[in-house]
Amino acid sequence: MTRPRRDPDLVRAYVVTGGVLRPSRDVGLVTLLVAQDVPAQGLAPEQRRVLGVCSRHGALSIAEIAAHLDLPPSVVTILAAGLMDSGHLAVPTPVADVPDIDVLKEVLRGLRQLV
Amino acid sequence: MGSANLSEVAYLPGTVTRSVKLLVAGHFGAGKTTFVGSVSEIRPLRTEEPITEASVGVDDLAGLPRKTSTTVAMDFGRRTFGGVALYLFGTPGQQRFLPMWDELARGAVGALVLVDTRRLDHSDEILSAVEKRGLPYTVAVNEFDGARRYPAEEIRQALDLAPSTPLTVCDARDQASSAKALIVLVEHLTSGPEMLA
Ligand SMILES: Nc1nc2c(ncn2[C@@H]2O[C@H](COP(=O)(O)OP(=O)(O)O)[C@@H](O)[C@H]2O)c(=O)[nH]1
Ligand SMILES: [Mg+2]
Repeated sequence: MTRPRRDPDLVRAYVVTGGVLRPSRDVGLVTLLVAQDVPAQGLAPEQRRVLGVCSRHGALSIAEIAAHLDLPPSVVTILAAGLMDSGHLAVPTPVADVPDIDVLKEVLRGLRQLV
Repeated sequence: MGSANLSEVAYLPGTVTRSVKLLVAGHFGAGKTTFVGSVSEIRPLRTEEPITEASVGVDDLAGLPRKTSTTVAMDFGRRTFGGVALYLFGTPGQQRFLPMWDELARGAVGALVLVDTRRLDHSDEILSAVEKRGLPYTVAVNEFDGARRYPAEEIRQALDLAPSTPLTVCDARDQASSAKALIVLVEHLTSGPEMLA
């Protein structure tokens, strides 16, 4: 029998996240992240890779990080949540607390300019 | 697992602090990838999630359900409007991925369902998947060259659309036309009763 007993991709994902199976916070595909000015020493290689693609000057979404690193979004979600816990990554802070409806209205205004 | 080529990474302007996720759904060949590409300001990207599918039948030796591994891929694009980044995710159209929709829909505020009038019957399961997740949606007929044009009422009937569900047409290859279809969706999202509260 040569049939694999475990899905190698899933095993790999488990190893890459250091055995963590669920993100420690609510992070989704479009959660935006910016790097923080915190030393990267002591981080695992995969955490370094995630941090390495992030910038302090402009945000990227979890989905973009996953696509650029060719990692499954589920894995990046877990790694990024850990890096938020350790203070290496943060979500960008809005100047004012804008309600969701106003965010959609801003999208609407922008779309109308494309027509 | 390669390393990222940082010169290809398009960071958002520092002024962007919010994001919006919309799904572009539709059967295989409806024009999802084309649509995402025509609106996106970045070269469309792709995420690939390995999943284990439990398939029908039982492993004869171990007596366990047989599993096969596959990948759920999503094309996505981005467009920045002021302080907001709009992300458009093209969902996989295949029927066997319908169980993954809980995950695909997570965090999405709405869906644009693209249909090709030559395969209206293929849209049933996509519409059911969207409705089952309670996602607000609008429908856009992607008008392919040479495809017969039908009156809106006939399309509504064939798709069994609720009278309150907006139906539009678009050319997914054209940015302005795709933007118009998205405007109808976002107007629908901002006018819903849940938004009046
Ligand atoms: N004529 C025409 N062709 C289109 C249009 N949209 C997509 N296509 C073509 O139809 C094919 C399938 O489109 P694609 O975006 O890959 O569909 P997907 O499977 O839903 O992602 C591609 O060859 C596209 O170039 C359209 O509006 N008009
Ligand atoms: Mg496609």
